[in-house]
Amino acid sequence: MNDTQVNGGRGGDWDAIVVGGGHNGLTAAGYLAKSGMRTLVLEQRHLVGGAAITEELRPGFSFTTFSYALSLLRPEIIHELDLVKYGFLPLMMPSSFHPTGDGDYLLFGDDTGQNLQMIRRHSRHDADAYLRYHHDLDEVVRAVQPLFDNPPPNLWGTDPRDQADVAWLLSHLGSIDKRVVHNAVRLLTGSAADWVEDYFEHPAIAGYHVSSGVIGSKVGPMSPGSGLVLLFHKMGEHDGHLGSWAFHKGGNGGFTQVLARAAEGHGATIRLDSPVETVITKEGRAVGVALTDGTEFFAPVVVSALDATRTFTRLVDPTELPSDLVDAVSRTRYRGVSSKVNFALDGLPRFPALPDTVDHFGGFLNIGPTIEYVERAFDASKYGWYSERPYIDAAVQSVVDPDMAPPGKHVMSCFVQYSPYELRGSDWETERERFGDAAQAVLEEHFPGFGDLVLQREVVTPVDIETHTGLTEGNIFAGELLFPQMYLFRPAPGWSGYTTPIDGYYQCGSGTHPGGCVMGSPARLAVQRIVRDRS
Amino acid sequence: MVATTPFHERLSTLNDQHLYTHWQGHLSALRYSHAPKHEYFAVRNSVGIFDTSPLFKYRVSGPDAERFLSRVLVRNIAILGPGRAAYTLWCDDRGYVMEDGVLFRHGDDDFLLTSARPALAWLRRHSDGLKLDLVDVSEEFGMLAVQGPRSRTVLGALTDVVNQLGYFDLATDQIAGGEVTVSRTGYTGDLGFELTVPREKCLDVLDAVLAAGQGHGLRPFGEIALNMLRIEAGLPLVDVEWTDSTLAWNDEQRVTPTELGMGWMLKGVREGTRRFVGSGSIRRELEEGTSRWATTGIVLDWQDWNRLHRDAGLFPVKDEVPLSWESWLRDDDGEQIGYATSFMYSPALQRHIGIARVRPDLAEPGTTVHMETTILHATETVRAQTAPLPFFNPERKAAKP
Repeated sequence: MNDTQVNGGRGGDWDAIVVGGGHNGLTAAGYLAKSGMRTLVLEQRHLVGGAAITEELRPGFSFTTFSYALSLLRPEIIHELDLVKYGFLPLMMPSSFHPTGDGDYLLFGDDTGQNLQMIRRHSRHDADAYLRYHHDLDEVVRAVQPLFDNPPPNLWGTDPRDQADVAWLLSHLGSIDKRVVHNAVRLLTGSAADWVEDYFEHPAIAGYHVSSGVIGSKVGPMSPGSGLVLLFHKMGEHDGHLGSWAFHKGGNGGFTQVLARAAEGHGATIRLDSPVETVITKEGRAVGVALTDGTEFFAPVVVSALDATRTFTRLVDPTELPSDLVDAVSRTRYRGVSSKVNFALDGLPRFPALPDTVDHFGGFLNIGPTIEYVERAFDASKYGWYSERPYIDAAVQSVVDPDMAPPGKHVMSCFVQYSPYELRGSDWETERERFGDAAQAVLEEHFPGFGDLVLQREVVTPVDIETHTGLTEGNIFAGELLFPQMYLFRPAPGWSGYTTPIDGYYQCGSGTHPGGCVMGSPARLAVQRIVRDRS
Repeated sequence: MVATTPFHERLSTLNDQHLYTHWQGHLSALRYSHAPKHEYFAVRNSVGIFDTSPLFKYRVSGPDAERFLSRVLVRNIAILGPGRAAYTLWCDDRGYVMEDGVLFRHGDDDFLLTSARPALAWLRRHSDGLKLDLVDVSEEFGMLAVQGPRSRTVLGALTDVVNQLGYFDLATDQIAGGEVTVSRTGYTGDLGFELTVPREKCLDVLDAVLAAGQGHGLRPFGEIALNMLRIEAGLPLVDVEWTDSTLAWNDEQRVTPTELGMGWMLKGVREGTRRFVGSGSIRRELEEGTSRWATTGIVLDWQDWNRLHRDAGLFPVKDEVPLSWESWLRDDDGEQIGYATSFMYSPALQRHIGIARVRPDLAEPGTTVHMETTILHATETVRAQTAPLPFFNPERKAAKP
């Protein structure tokens, strides 16, 4: 339509341009187009999805290169963008499997009574604690959810709208039971280990529950701050089940393809192989963008779906921005510590205590038997090195979605920690396969014979994540989930409302509130702000 | 006395829950695993098998078989060729629905009729003076439904006929040493087949299907998953959507084919070109427009549902297990204008959906109605819209092979 496709030329006029075709960029495009704006998405790569892509690295084997499951996605987005019509299909992960390190295991499913018996097998004490643990956590989720689903109020704003928002926040906080507030503070500021050990005495049961507290963050389960990461992961839901995850049909790349079809269905245009070099400003206003090849596109609204570092210091000239903002952005902690090690397998791995069943492979395989195991895995990263025995969150997605691999074969996605972005005394090109070997050795420990099944292995380091997705330092959340980097301070104090100091230039990536994971909320809330500003 | 089906010996070893209901006096698995939703997704995304053997099966053969069946069944049997199957109702002489089943036509004079409830005496009563054999062969065959997008691939390893069968076609072939009727039928609204297998060959055929399903994510599914699937497919269930008219206490419990949403079966009735038990009454109903209800889908307003729960301090419930009771439907003024007979949260559609009966003037898709529910011990109403059935209708279901 408006797109002339001439390199170095003028790419046409739009109502809104979204920089970055990851899940937030696509979500923003869907909402912008739905609001009636002529919307263009510019994606640097040959495919959309950002860090949520599925790639056929080997014929018939679909790898979820980076992000690999769904939970945080807000259900409102499914309805508002009519995603089911475009192929949204979140497949249930029926189980959650946790080898206890001594040959035994925990296996959780959809039946609470059976889960309790599973726990009682290991600890009678922890059985009723399990029920209270989840209820207490759910109460915190209920209290925090409205903060998640609304933009942070502008505490420093002076107009009546800002003051009304602040009043809403205060009254909401005041309405929460004091025990729940205290639990929330314990989670938001404390360690996952302290929180979990308040309930569970059995090391493996505690280990199972603590692990979501370290995902994607340079914290160990004993570090203050891991409680927040744990809570964050519990904020997700699948079909109304809090903290429950799903595999999208075709992996998370299948999901972003749905988002792309929905965005296009609502009228947006997506242009691939279009890396944006700079946002064009005129008299302090954003008026368009220029690609690296010089092609220019014009629109009165430009939305960056990139992280704060890129949004404020790469796409625009930071010297034109307030120095306190630039300072805050430069202090943003990224410190990616997560890698992916993805496998094509000749058959299903074998867990000796469950030799003849498949169902324990239907969900996450949590390879981090105890809190101490995960904490020790973290230790190395503090000193610039990777875990010799890493923590692994694995998933054999082809068990749930057989279309991911040829019949009888499987793909296994392994999220592996810790692998710090910056290695001391070496680099990831040198260490990549050694780290892959370390992860594989852990799998071999739990699934003897695993190595014989490996047809292909892909090791994706934090450097690879940064190179391919543009996530600074390979941080999967576009900025760590640390208390000083959340809510009012995400991505920087005073700039949590999706605007920027440049008129017409907005931010909608995971570096904005509420944060990372395939959630879509940053984009949803950003577009609400854009639409409000234009009315 | 509880019987077991000819597949039970093997299927029970795949069931780690031991949760059975009794279906027509047979053990019938509610679910095979802790997660019926996972079984449901096997059908929607790969392939599932369901043991439908407890259905009653009646063999009708002889020179007057077609005449007889045309006389008792609502579907037009005269246009059903050999090698075809048809879903049909039968009615009492007042035009109220008794039962439903699938009629398989094997030859000009050779039929098999399935029925969820026993029907032999009633059928016999209408066969007087006709040249035919009417035999209850229920125990002679097991029936195994193989349903889902991969059903053709899996069965294709055992018989080539699945690659030729159109929607509601049937053929016979040798599978695992038994003569098996393969029909492209089912109760899931998806691509799928049913195997009608001589009793003594059931385990062999089942083993062959299980082996062929290796690597395809095949899993057995139970009644909970089946109920979810059939609601999405808009398929009614006896004793849920209606009561057998001969067993009902009053006409409020009875429905006509039109009221049940099966008006499409009635071609030729209004014109008087077809006569079957109840057709006279049905013809009057059509001519005079006296249908009391229309069957429709309803889709709950998700914002209203979420708001009601959040206002009550609850998380919005999304329970895929269908309710086992009716829910009233009201208009804007609170007057009851219908009732939902089936209601669930659909994981595939991400919406609460229901099969409902409303006043015919309110059946237009998109009409707003209000469904009663209870939240925190209080009656609330949730906005809903009428919607066409089926809710879930993938192209693969009826696509040419």
